[in-house]
Amino acid sequence: MASTTAPASTIFRRPKQTSGWMSWLTTVDHKKIGIMYGYSAFFFFILGGLEALILRLQLAGPNGTVLDANEYNAMFTMHGTTMIFLFVMPVGAAFFNYMMPLMIGARDVAFPRMNALSFWIFIFGGIFLYSSFLFGTTGPPAGGNLPGGATDASWLGSTINGGWFMYQPNAGPRFSTGTVLDFGAIGLQILGLASLISAVNFIATIFNMRAKGMKLLRMPVFVWMTLVVAFLLLFSLPIIAVALFMVTFDRQLGTLFFDTFQGGDAILWQHLFWLFGHPEVYILILPAMGIVSETLPVFSRKPLFGYPAVVFAGAAIGFLGFGVWAHHMFASGITPVAQAAFGLATMTIAVPTGIKIFNWMGTMWMGKIKFTTPMLFSLGFVALFVIGGLSGVTHSIVPADWQQTDTYYIVAHFHYVLFGGAIFGIFAGLYYWFPKLTGRMLSERLGKLHFWLMFVGMNLTFGPMHWLGLQGMVRRTWKYPEEYNFGTWNMVVTVGAYTIALSILVFMINWVRSKRRGAESGMDPWDARTIEWSIPNPTPEWNFGVNPEVQALDDWWHRKYDEDDEGRPVRKAEADATIAQFHDQGVNPPAPIHLPSPSYFPFLAGSAFLAIGYGVIYHTKGWGLPLLAFGVILLLSSMIGWSLEPIEEEHEEVHA
Amino acid sequence: MSDIAHDEHLHESTGIETRKLAMWIFLSSEFMFFGALISNYLLFKGRVGYPEPYPSEMFDIPFTSVSSFVLLMSSLTMVLADHAIHRDDQRATRTWIVATALLGMVFLSGQAFEFTEFVLHDPPMKISTNPAASAFFTLTGFHGMHVLIGVIMLLTLAGTSFRKGRLSTATGLNLESVALYWHFVDIIWIVIFTVVYLIK
Repeated sequence: MASTTAPASTIFRRPKQTSGWMSWLTTVDHKKIGIMYGYSAFFFFILGGLEALILRLQLAGPNGTVLDANEYNAMFTMHGTTMIFLFVMPVGAAFFNYMMPLMIGARDVAFPRMNALSFWIFIFGGIFLYSSFLFGTTGPPAGGNLPGGATDASWLGSTINGGWFMYQPNAGPRFSTGTVLDFGAIGLQILGLASLISAVNFIATIFNMRAKGMKLLRMPVFVWMTLVVAFLLLFSLPIIAVALFMVTFDRQLGTLFFDTFQGGDAILWQHLFWLFGHPEVYILILPAMGIVSETLPVFSRKPLFGYPAVVFAGAAIGFLGFGVWAHHMFASGITPVAQAAFGLATMTIAVPTGIKIFNWMGTMWMGKIKFTTPMLFSLGFVALFVIGGLSGVTHSIVPADWQQTDTYYIVAHFHYVLFGGAIFGIFAGLYYWFPKLTGRMLSERLGKLHFWLMFVGMNLTFGPMHWLGLQGMVRRTWKYPEEYNFGTWNMVVTVGAYTIALSILVFMINWVRSKRRGAESGMDPWDARTIEWSIPNPTPEWNFGVNPEVQALDDWWHRKYDEDDEGRPVRKAEADATIAQFHDQGVNPPAPIHLPSPSYFPFLAGSAFLAIGYGVIYHTKGWGLPLLAFGVILLLSSMIGWSLEPIEEEHEEVHA
Repeated sequence: MSDIAHDEHLHESTGIETRKLAMWIFLSSEFMFFGALISNYLLFKGRVGYPEPYPSEMFDIPFTSVSSFVLLMSSLTMVLADHAIHRDDQRATRTWIVATALLGMVFLSGQAFEFTEFVLHDPPMKISTNPAASAFFTLTGFHGMHVLIGVIMLLTLAGTSFRKGRLSTATGLNLESVALYWHFVDIIWIVIFTVVYLIK
């Protein structure tokens, strides 16, 4: 064991590993990985947002000429794929990575290198997906034309264009020639692998790494939601993996799974896709539900109302989420019995969701509400998610759904739950936990400007889509004629979209400024409840100077507050001394702390997937198979090298 | 598979060693993976009227029974390896690991032979002959890939034990996790052999 007894002053590990770009490349620290997830997800958020803004330019008036049909297909596909797989999922992973170990009182996740591997696979998967802009080709089916009648695809149109759902056989080899859908199928496969690895890691972490006294029902709701999301990923990703393999084999090896001309089954794709796709929507929304379950109690200065009910409702949503997939397929000709069963099951989902919403309202009821920016975003989440949830229930009524399918009403629904829900929750979390990252506060003034711009912009954008859809405006269609009179409301929608863009600009300014010049946050700026606030800001490299012991739900709050006879919180006399004591032991750990050493292997193994992906797509070219072989060998050798390192060598002593 | 941010103060809340726990979690995901592949085959095997031959006409049950038996026996040698390392009998551990890997390779050779027979048959059954054949090759091919990865892990363990003279439970890749994986791959094969080969 290579233990170096460093002098007391050198707190950090070997300097070459703690700063500079190499430290980020080789880090296994869950906090650094979380930050990298966050920034890269935000980068993709900007890309996905730009794609949406282009779409809205095209649709601002009737007979738009900004995009041709093929380009429109590519833009809505990339917008959806980016926002789901490259923004909301990884930003969820960012919160899980950074916050979950802190909230359960752990030093890191269970498998730090595997955690880094997840991140690098995600990054290379994202690069791979977006490289379709550079290398992708698209062509018409044999004897046919491209959408809109064009013969040649433009540069913008030569990127993934089969919809994020990649319905078959449209996205199969017969109707989509060229390579873009290979980029889509293989790119999603790579991204799925990243999520699967992190799911295993997070479940093992939550099961095994909790601090003493942190029983399952003392875990913060956010940790519970992390767990539920990880299980959803664990059971849904293998299904989409199989489906994507089938598409890839159809396109590369000539299998006939989805070729309806030769016995393939188009509906099979829909079943497999939505068996993944519906749990996926809970994968997207549950992190946000977890975040607001943390912020609402803090800013209402009351414990979460009905904590066990919120937890079990979250788990119930996870379970039920696997039993409702066919409500995405009501118009595909499934039997009436199946339609009735899936319609009923879908309505059932409203029950646990309703439980959560009433519990959040119960939390705020009679609370001393502080309207800070994170609270505003949390309130925005609850309000907008209720609207999106209600329009969602209308889809469970099959005859109504037949009318709504493929109209903007659906687009309105899922943007209310995913933008109004997931993204508002994510921003609530960013404003709430920013001090943990930086030791500073985001500006409240700019934050409130951001919130109101985004709230107004969001409703202008997605509100009118409800009635546009009910009037018959179909989605995934690149233009609409003037005589349909959709023009006015579409202009409103476009103005709303650019208002959202403006609000994001305000947020970015706020982030950059506050990171450098924001007010110092101190240790516990929100007077919070959970143990991630019992350590200094920004979080020290070793998280907890002393391994925490938890005695209650909301342990940190109970260290600061007692209750009077009427249940009102009374600050303990020694609260300030407690905070000071925790700060001291956080900054100066009394005993040496072992941290896992950085490693090159996760980066190397992750980069192998780039070679493997291109190798598969270009296997017919001379250099394709060698590239594939190189990727496989790189992957195998990194994994073997990695797995043979004894654990002892992974650790160095860090002295305080 | 990986290291652990372990710290003498941190305990394992469930009492299950974390790497083993992670392998259990991962395998639960694998069940969904093979579940999807198997139902996929079941969906397509009855859809007749597309170019022959269908997988069910091609099976050589006695041959596959033998290779299935070989794979089942490899679970036994795996258990013996696991048993030996708990006794700290390094020699026996090494022997049984290598035996398991060899049995796995015999199974893989059998699969390669079977696939070759199908493809060289007249008329041939290729992956693109009909959807049932596509599903058959995909399912058994993925199972074979899993066996191959298991063999690689076993050989890595064997290599470690030769290089260092002994195996310890302290390396990231440990025998118990590999054993869990190996048994899982065997169990899946029992299901595949029964559902795909034996049930008409």
